[in-house]
Amino acid sequence: MTTESSIAQSREADIREEQAHEAAENSKFGFIVFLLSETVIFLSFFAGYIVYKTTIPDWYPPGVSGLDTKDPQFNTIILVSSSFVIYVAERYLHDKKLWGFRFFLLATMAMGGYFLYGQAIEWSNLSFGFTSGIFGGLFYLLTGFHGLHVFTGILLQTIMLGRSFIPGNYDSGYFGVEATSLFWHFVDVIWIILYVLIYVWQ
Amino acid sequence: MTNAPTEAIDVARQQPYPGAPDNWKRFFTFSTDHKVIGIQYIVTAFVFFLIGGLLSMIMRGELVTPEANLVDRTIYNALFTMHGSIMLFLWTFPVLVGISNYLVPLMIGARDMAFPRLNAVSFWLIPVVGILMLASFLVPGGPSQSGWWAYPPVSLQNPTGNLINGQVLWILAIAISGVSSIMGGVNFVTTIFRMRAPGMTWFRTPAFVWSVLAAQLIQLYGLPALTAGAVMLLLDLTVGTSFFAPERGGNPVLYQHFFWFYSHPAVYVMVLPVFGIFSEVFPVYARKPLFGYRVVAVSSVLITVVSATVWVHHMFASGTPGWMRMLFMFTTMLVAVPTGVKVFAWVATIWGGKLRLNTAMLFAMGGLVNFVFAGITGVMLGSVPIDIHVNNTYFVVAHFHYVIYGAIVFGIYAGLYHWFPKMTGRMYYEGLGKVHFALTLAGTWLCFLPMHFSGLMGMPRRVSSYDPEFALWNVLASLGGFLLGMSTLPFILNMVSSWIQGEKAPNNPWKAIGLEWLTTSPPPVENFEEIPTVISPPYGYGRNEPLIENQSEAVPADGVTT
Ligand code: HEM
Ligand SMILES: [Cu+2]
Repeated sequence: MTTESSIAQSREADIREEQAHEAAENSKFGFIVFLLSETVIFLSFFAGYIVYKTTIPDWYPPGVSGLDTKDPQFNTIILVSSSFVIYVAERYLHDKKLWGFRFFLLATMAMGGYFLYGQAIEWSNLSFGFTSGIFGGLFYLLTGFHGLHVFTGILLQTIMLGRSFIPGNYDSGYFGVEATSLFWHFVDVIWIILYVLIYVWQ
Repeated sequence: MTNAPTEAIDVARQQPYPGAPDNWKRFFTFSTDHKVIGIQYIVTAFVFFLIGGLLSMIMRGELVTPEANLVDRTIYNALFTMHGSIMLFLWTFPVLVGISNYLVPLMIGARDMAFPRLNAVSFWLIPVVGILMLASFLVPGGPSQSGWWAYPPVSLQNPTGNLINGQVLWILAIAISGVSSIMGGVNFVTTIFRMRAPGMTWFRTPAFVWSVLAAQLIQLYGLPALTAGAVMLLLDLTVGTSFFAPERGGNPVLYQHFFWFYSHPAVYVMVLPVFGIFSEVFPVYARKPLFGYRVVAVSSVLITVVSATVWVHHMFASGTPGWMRMLFMFTTMLVAVPTGVKVFAWVATIWGGKLRLNTAMLFAMGGLVNFVFAGITGVMLGSVPIDIHVNNTYFVVAHFHYVIYGAIVFGIYAGLYHWFPKMTGRMYYEGLGKVHFALTLAGTWLCFLPMHFSGLMGMPRRVSSYDPEFALWNVLASLGGFLLGMSTLPFILNMVSSWIQGEKAPNNPWKAIGLEWLTTSPPPVENFEEIPTVISPPYGYGRNEPLIENQSEAVPADGVTT
């Protein structure tokens, strides 16, 4: 190989790295735009909830006087703290400490899984259903739609965990992990609003 | 070193993407080239334009006589529902996304959209939407009959009792079209924010790109609201929740809020790119810079913001309280300001210019006139006292067809003619184009002007039979409708035959200024040999300044070629 062509090659490698960097930045930008748009879906549901709640006189289905907040409260604490855990995972990845990353990612998944489990228990204990008036519909719609997002988040985390076992996969960049973590924070923030709307404001 | 690698690159460049078939077959593949995708969108949309048009021909046929004697009432209901839905979701949106897809990367000096594969997925969802919509003709009970706005409680009726019915298919189709549009919105916004060529600052970005950005931002904030409403409607319809069902305590008016929060701004999703087309076409054929370019650019974004605050003007007659009516009447009038600024800028651009009246320019000018006319009736409808009277009459139909046909479809035609040489590498036949324009203009006015009169006299919309006192206006409208149907024939003939055997187009047949004209016709894969560096604002007609560094030929002030 002549020097000339090896210089050309290394320049080409530079360009390629530059392009990969650009692409990752674009993806991050695009993902944030997407999340903003998703936020509007939730805001629309919330707006609907507020309108109904303030205009319908007998809000709860017959025989229901309100929601029990003890277990959901604990669930909320778990979910919100998992946001910090996934942040720690990301820091470990940043420092190229793969095992730490895996450990804390797994912990996040466990906490998310616990949240879903808690929600399932709560649902099965409720005395009203999806079709029990507007409140029933909205309750299951909102918590269910949010739960679907938690589930998606766990799915993404599983993929990111699996990818960490591919040698060199996270060497040059880890947009996927950043996106997953961003999504998780998003799911958390939405839950806090939802919790206030449904459980606190009774 | 040998030349072999560069040769290979040259060969690759001539293909739409590496390893792709090198001819018309590429338009049937999962291509990730934004130019191929753009044309895929345009052609697909045009197929649906013809289908939607066919449905309107049947409606106009029914309305030639006061009695309902061609189709029965349920079929008529299905016809206007599917006509409206197809025209909006399968023609206007997709064709404009197609044009934007083709042009935006070229205009900003990018090699492709930010997410090419996502782009292809967005496109391939459109045929799925189309299949779902058309499949509803085959299910028991036929297509949805509740109009394209699907208001409950009408849309919650399900006489056949089937889970798969026209309304459910309709909602699914809308949902998929929404997914496609949101992915498209993310793609456009990212592309425009992050991939402009070096030197292309915001105020060196063409007005068309600004208007696409504004339109796509609306998709991103508006569509989620529609999605929320559609999910609730679907649940009401299928699992028996009671969000919008009045007999179960639901609130049907809330649906209207969800619906119009998106669907009013949606008209700007359609019309903003058309404004962008006007802003590109007028300067070229008038040989003058776009008047007030910066104001025109910024006003697009203002429209995006203000149009989020006007949706209740569609609900003046829905039991809306007085204070709310007044508030939204005010915001509605407010949109006229940024819009009026644009109209003023276009007129000032044409004023005193050296006009070249070829087909693209004719369509743009015709579209501008129609739009001004539609704007007047729009302001009328925006004022509560008038709207209370003409709401749900043919006056409304007349108004929005002036917008949609008169301005938007005209603008689409202007754009397709203007960029045809760039897209295909061939020239179209000017004579045939002018015939097309004349027929379309005559058809539009003959079809939609009489509707103002029957509407003012009180003819309700969405009826298959009517009082004989409206007969004259309806016969005229039907004649105009059939004329419009015919007017598409010279267009198709022109496009198909020019593409196959038209004269070869030069790179810049109109001597226009803009990055897209600096590459070959049609552009190679990845658009540019080398990404240009922009050094001056667009529309430098008559200023004789180069647009990019090392520009080989500056565009003359009066670069008349035809
Ligand atoms: C030859 C051209 C056309 C004719 C003759 C025509 C005719 C009609 C008729 C008769 C109706 C029913 C009005 C009613 O009963 O309320 C209608 C509705 C509608 N049309 Fe068109 N139309 C044409 C083109 C278009 C185009 C190009 C678009 C959109 C790009 C469009 C969009 C709509 C919409 C959105 C509705 C409302 C449907 C509804 O909500 O009832 N039309 N049209
Ligand atoms: Cu509106």
